[in-house]
Amino acid sequence: MDGLLPELDVIRKDFPILERTLDNGQPLVYLDSANTSQKPQVVIDTMVDHLERHNANISRAMHQLGAESTEAFEAARDKVATFIGAPDRDEVIFTKNATEALNLVANTLAWATGDLAIGEGDEVVITEMEHHSNIVPWQLLTQRKGATLRWFGLTDDGRLDLSNLDELVNERTKVVSLTWVSNMLGTINPITQIARRAHEVGAIVVVDASQAVPQLPVDVAASGADLLAFTGHKVVGPTGIGVLWGKRAVLDQLPPFHGGGEMIETVRMDISTYAGIPHKFEAGTPPIVEAIGLGAAVDYLGHIGMEAVHAHEQAITRYALEGLATVPGLTVLGPLDARERGGAISFEVEGVHPHDIAQVLDSRGIAVRAGHHCAKPAHARFGVQSSTRMSSYLYTTPSEIDALVEGLEYTRSYFKLG
Amino acid sequence: MSNELDALYQEIILDHYKHPHHQGLREPFEAEVHHVNPTCGDEVTLRVHVDDGVVSDVSYDAVGCSISQASTSVMADLVIGKPVDEAMSIHQEFLTLMQGKGTVVPDEDVLEDGIAFAGVAKFPARVKCALLSWMAWKDATTQAGASDATASKEI
Repeated sequence: MDGLLPELDVIRKDFPILERTLDNGQPLVYLDSANTSQKPQVVIDTMVDHLERHNANISRAMHQLGAESTEAFEAARDKVATFIGAPDRDEVIFTKNATEALNLVANTLAWATGDLAIGEGDEVVITEMEHHSNIVPWQLLTQRKGATLRWFGLTDDGRLDLSNLDELVNERTKVVSLTWVSNMLGTINPITQIARRAHEVGAIVVVDASQAVPQLPVDVAASGADLLAFTGHKVVGPTGIGVLWGKRAVLDQLPPFHGGGEMIETVRMDISTYAGIPHKFEAGTPPIVEAIGLGAAVDYLGHIGMEAVHAHEQAITRYALEGLATVPGLTVLGPLDARERGGAISFEVEGVHPHDIAQVLDSRGIAVRAGHHCAKPAHARFGVQSSTRMSSYLYTTPSEIDALVEGLEYTRSYFKLG
Repeated sequence: MSNELDALYQEIILDHYKHPHHQGLREPFEAEVHHVNPTCGDEVTLRVHVDDGVVSDVSYDAVGCSISQASTSVMADLVIGKPVDEAMSIHQEFLTLMQGKGTVVPDEDVLEDGIAFAGVAKFPARVKCALLSWMAWKDATTQAGASDATASKEI
């Protein structure tokens, strides 16, 4: 099969969890990587090594361990900056996850003054395919500031409806926030095109890249984004660490988010002054070992090469779409062309609820996600309550897709659908 | 593999799923509630009609998996026609079964078809499916003030 990673067997051996068997002795078929990815040994070892040998708080411990820990933490920032093409390593801010990164932006915009200030009559534009974490923070912001929330609708084949781009993104628009790759429909959005229009009207562009950074070669500087969020655990890194990248000019204008240690320049009882980026947005002891684990993770992906990872995802996605098309009564939600989508494929099977599908698949060792995938409005757009979602990654094999398709056939027979 | 699955998907459950009892929204009713399972999006709109301290009708419109649909059907069978107090105690019995992690032996005399859900208690992710409509029914019945009305009548 064209496009598969050449040393897939070797790559699979890097992920120890893929070797385990489940309760009933069955091998694991992990097709839930858009939910969270599995971790290679090098990430696990890097984190254990740090805890065993270098653990100390960063930036404030005047001893050798403190220096080692600080160096490892800041090296992780360098690795992330290189991985996403950030022009300046200080533009990489560590957060808890993508949700916190997006909330950081929405909250500090609520407090911003000057050009970035948002008030009555201003508009924030999102899309109908957003994850809840790129909807709710903007609802909160616009409600608090008396601004208006608007959104791009979706076409029947699961793309953004851009027919009203120029009307929707207009002189009143202050922020356009959208996902690069949909976690439910898989759609890859033309963020550069939308960013161009947003910048014409003076709006800033926030990109939720939670599903993009794991799968696509990402160059933040070329993307059109002013601010971009993603999470560590979907890029073979640990949970508890996310990233907000932003252009220095924008980050410098935003006020601090959390107040506390590390984010200050000096503190008096009546007033404080603040550190520059990135520390301005990193109050308190950060998730040190998680950041270091993320550094190892993006190094790992960088060595394989994101072009190769993307080609693998596309090959697997194409194979999966072909396989799913053979299951009677199955409808895929979202684009059917693998070249225009990411590796998350949500689908319905007529006559069986997603919960029941996931349960039967689980009994065969196949892990998928069932539910609304934190994208209720996108499901509502297509008139469905919930869906089943398979999602692949660089370690997914064609035979795992075969197991899924067989599992779905078995599910249909189990529920007596002929 | 299949045995484990069969323990969950008892024939009784699949029968109720395919042919749910008491489905639809009907009049009269004293309370209507809308409950959702926030993790999966399953929903139920449920009405309760209490007449003279007796649950005289439970009607509903529900979207969800086989476990939640079957559980709604079985629940309606069990509580319709029962005095509110007795229905509440059946509710408690079902709740205890569901929260028992598979260790509770259900009483068929009380739970009737509801005993088929004993296997569900071993699947923590599915317990909330089975309980969705039972919680909605309790909420609606409490809102209808039925419990209070019955209690005051007994005094």
